[in-house]
Amino acid sequence: MLNRRQFALGIAAVAGASGAIKGAAAQTGPIRVGFLTVNSGALAAGGRQLEEGIKLFLKQRDNKIGGRPVELIIADTAGQPANTRTKAQELIERNNVHVIIGPLAAFEALAINDYIQQVGIPTISDSAAAEDLTQRKLNPWFVRAVSSSAQPAHALADYAAKTLKYKKIAIVADDFAFGHEISAGFQRVFEENGGKVLQKLWSPLNVADYGSYITQIDRSADAVLANFAGANGLRFIKQYNEYGLSGTIPLLGHMTTIDEGILKNMGDEAKGVVSTGWYSAAIDTPANKEFVTACRAEYKADPGYYTLGAYLSGMFLEEAVKKVNGNVEDKTALMKALRNIDLKDTPAGPIKIDEYGNPTMNIYIRKVETVDGRLMNKVIHTYPSVSQFWTYDPKTFLQSPVYAREWAVKG
Amino acid sequence: MTRKSRITLISLSLLILALAAPLLMGQPFYINIGSQVLIAAIFAMSLNILVGYGGMTSIGHAAYLGTSAYVVALLTLQHGFGFYTASLVALGVVVIMAAIFGAIALRGTGITFLMITLALGQTMWGVAFRWSEVTGGDNGLPDIKRPDLFGLNLVEPGLFYGVMIALFVIALVGMWIFTQSGLGLSLQGTRDQPRRMGMLGHHVWLVRWIAFIIAGFWAGVAGIAFIGYHGYIHPLSLGLANSAEVLLMVIAGGAGTLLGPVVGAAIVVVLKMVVSAYVSRWVLLLGCTFVAIVILLPEGVVPGLERLLKAILPAARDDEEASS
Amino acid sequence: MSIGFWLLQSLNALALGGLLFLLSSGFSLIFGLMRVANLSHGAYFMLGAYVGLSVLQAGFGFIEAILAAGVVIAVLGGLIERFLLRRLANRTLAQVLVTLGLAFAIADICLMLWSGDPMQLPAPRWLSQPIRAFGFVFPGYRVFVVEVSIVVAILLWLLIERTKLGAMVRASVDDIQMARGVGIPAQKLFSFIFCLGAALAGMGGVLGGPILSVYPGLDGEMLPLALVVVILGGIGSIGGAFVGAYITGFVYTFGQTLLPAFSYVILFLPMIVVLAFRPSGLFGKSAP
Repeated sequence: MLNRRQFALGIAAVAGASGAIKGAAAQTGPIRVGFLTVNSGALAAGGRQLEEGIKLFLKQRDNKIGGRPVELIIADTAGQPANTRTKAQELIERNNVHVIIGPLAAFEALAINDYIQQVGIPTISDSAAAEDLTQRKLNPWFVRAVSSSAQPAHALADYAAKTLKYKKIAIVADDFAFGHEISAGFQRVFEENGGKVLQKLWSPLNVADYGSYITQIDRSADAVLANFAGANGLRFIKQYNEYGLSGTIPLLGHMTTIDEGILKNMGDEAKGVVSTGWYSAAIDTPANKEFVTACRAEYKADPGYYTLGAYLSGMFLEEAVKKVNGNVEDKTALMKALRNIDLKDTPAGPIKIDEYGNPTMNIYIRKVETVDGRLMNKVIHTYPSVSQFWTYDPKTFLQSPVYAREWAVKG
Repeated sequence: MTRKSRITLISLSLLILALAAPLLMGQPFYINIGSQVLIAAIFAMSLNILVGYGGMTSIGHAAYLGTSAYVVALLTLQHGFGFYTASLVALGVVVIMAAIFGAIALRGTGITFLMITLALGQTMWGVAFRWSEVTGGDNGLPDIKRPDLFGLNLVEPGLFYGVMIALFVIALVGMWIFTQSGLGLSLQGTRDQPRRMGMLGHHVWLVRWIAFIIAGFWAGVAGIAFIGYHGYIHPLSLGLANSAEVLLMVIAGGAGTLLGPVVGAAIVVVLKMVVSAYVSRWVLLLGCTFVAIVILLPEGVVPGLERLLKAILPAARDDEEASS
Repeated sequence: MSIGFWLLQSLNALALGGLLFLLSSGFSLIFGLMRVANLSHGAYFMLGAYVGLSVLQAGFGFIEAILAAGVVIAVLGGLIERFLLRRLANRTLAQVLVTLGLAFAIADICLMLWSGDPMQLPAPRWLSQPIRAFGFVFPGYRVFVVEVSIVVAILLWLLIERTKLGAMVRASVDDIQMARGVGIPAQKLFSFIFCLGAALAGMGGVLGGPILSVYPGLDGEMLPLALVVVILGGIGSIGGAFVGAYITGFVYTFGQTLLPAFSYVILFLPMIVVLAFRPSGLFGKSAP
């Protein structure tokens, strides 16, 4: 049960000794990376995948970034904002970390947003997707390695309207900020392209049963869009099938509705679900194949949202550390490098950070199919270099309020 | 010196030592932990009025802390109030809320009382979570600025801790005065002998209702300290888990004792915030700690230790004189 | 909305009611006899579901999974009763502390053993044939859950109302001192009832699994529901818990359909109203 948490410490010491011969940078000691994740409570599955992502990244590099050894300090926030703040303080004030990766939930990131600015610590978000973190609540010390909530939803709406030629969509979504943002982003683009959102059903996050919501779905819809996070996608899709809708009304989903992290525990009912995301384990590039093979070897599972989110955060850090020549002590320079990330070849494709700290990245339209005996989100279309603002002008985009439950197209 | 006064002296010295400990550790991190313990302690002491002195087990107490924090957050962020004016309004709001909720909850006793408080608390959580246009929903309300006090910038952890110590001492002394007051004694009477108290002419319902309001008031004070410390409020802070946690603090430390809730708060906060850095399965440890307390010191840590201490300290002759 | 829609929603409500009864019958039994509010009940339910899942994954059938979960949780409950709760009779606060502490510990152990990934607990094919009517499809497993809930309710009712054991239980519920006085082995009775209640929670977890799935946090979502059902129905009566479960199922289902803005508080608002006017619950005789 005891866990020193600095699992890398031993390796770091060895690596530090050998690295010391090479250059001056290593003499300043290891790069201390504070990793905010969730090991306890309801969000622990995502937290474990985050941890797997960063550990794989470091293992592949012999625990060294830019010639300097890395000391990874993992802190468990339990997904409670009060703990998140304390853990951030612990990492910064006790462990003197140079950079923070995390936290998992959007509300956690918002809970420490002011503190990060106050102390000025470079922070890479490996999961928290809340729109305003890179839109209306800008933080110069914050950069995101994953998309904003609605970034993939805009693309799915475009695909649904133009390629799938759907006219009428019913939305069922988790009734919380993430569900509101992705649903509103979809609705906006879909309705601007001539579609109509028939209804928006909001199920509580802790709902006991989806039966009563599935029963309410308007049967005249061309498709149903399911926007869920955590375990809820798994639960909803199963029941959608049990209520006989799988064969009748096609199902669309957000990345997290059918993420690789839960897809592995789903059955045939998941087949045919079309979803949108900034990644799929089935992306057919050498970079991704190598990454997926490594994940399967290490963890016997396909990587998904969280695994790659943390892995990408590692790549961001590596790129920035190289740019500042290993001098992570210069926080301003490190942050500047992080805000200017431009990676050509990640498992998710090319990634470039926009001026708000959010990645411009490919959005993949995926469809669940059986590949080599396992369910995978096969890529059926790629929207290259998608911005968090979709095709809108950032200035005008930011003038309207953040996506919310009651979003409606004006005029 | 009597045995009782010696125990009081030992407790007081330990308390002062505990208050000084975060400062002696020398890192702002520990000073911040100290502040969090004190906020939790004030919160737990407020619940102790109901659970310990009133014999009314509430599992919805986070509603008062949370509502108070939300009122401060909303007024300062959206209506241009200063922190202190907003705090006064917040206290007014929680007092009114406690008066209404108390009137409803006191329709029942025992498990029914517990369930009504749970339902009321979950309703407040549901409102905070769902009414996102106002409360920010799951995103919570961030960026509430810590105020200055007499020109001192409380962002400095040491100064904030100083203010928390002052607030804590006021709460502790207030609690002591309350337990010795006519109202406090009647409340303890209604806990032990409700029928007899009624026959003796005490208005049992009224006594409990006033106690409920006082408990709500102090939870509101804790809420103001909470929002001042964190600068952020989320529906989780007024949910069932938080209500259960503060109840566990009270029981683990020793319900119905002055220092029990303080010790309980320290145990929980230190396990959650400090020990969790060294023990990965700290939730399991927390659960086992509660079970161990029940086995070893079933009346709670403070009364349990007091019992052990009494067994160790030889009873002096003057004890009997003092008691006679 | 068509008649078919309302019929289907009624079926949903019934299915949820059945599920809620399976969840809360054990809690009601324990609370009724022992006056112990077992706040580990949600954790028992979740652990039962996980145990059932492992048994299924090991290649055994659904019935075996239910039985195994029942036995494992009954043994666990028996140990907890014997070594912890027995010494805490009539000490409500210590009971709250120990049962919540155990709930924390069980939840964290589940996280360690079953990884925290949300998992499906599949129902066997012979139980999950879809039922078609009015152009709608209704999952057959839910009908099975309703049937099981009725059978369990009848069995428990028979046990308590028609057996010697039940007579002793009733006597103990009415007046524990008197029961002891006439030679009823109240302690053994308590142990038995606690094991039975725990077993019901564990089996309920497996039976609920195909609808709910299994994931960390399931315990915390189920516990308040169990409390609502038991309190609403009236404390300590199996009949009350049965009716309370179905009323809760209907309020939950139709409340969420008709008043979506109140979805997060849909159970608690009616409960406040009921308890404010009838503190002993809808069918309870008097508050303890």
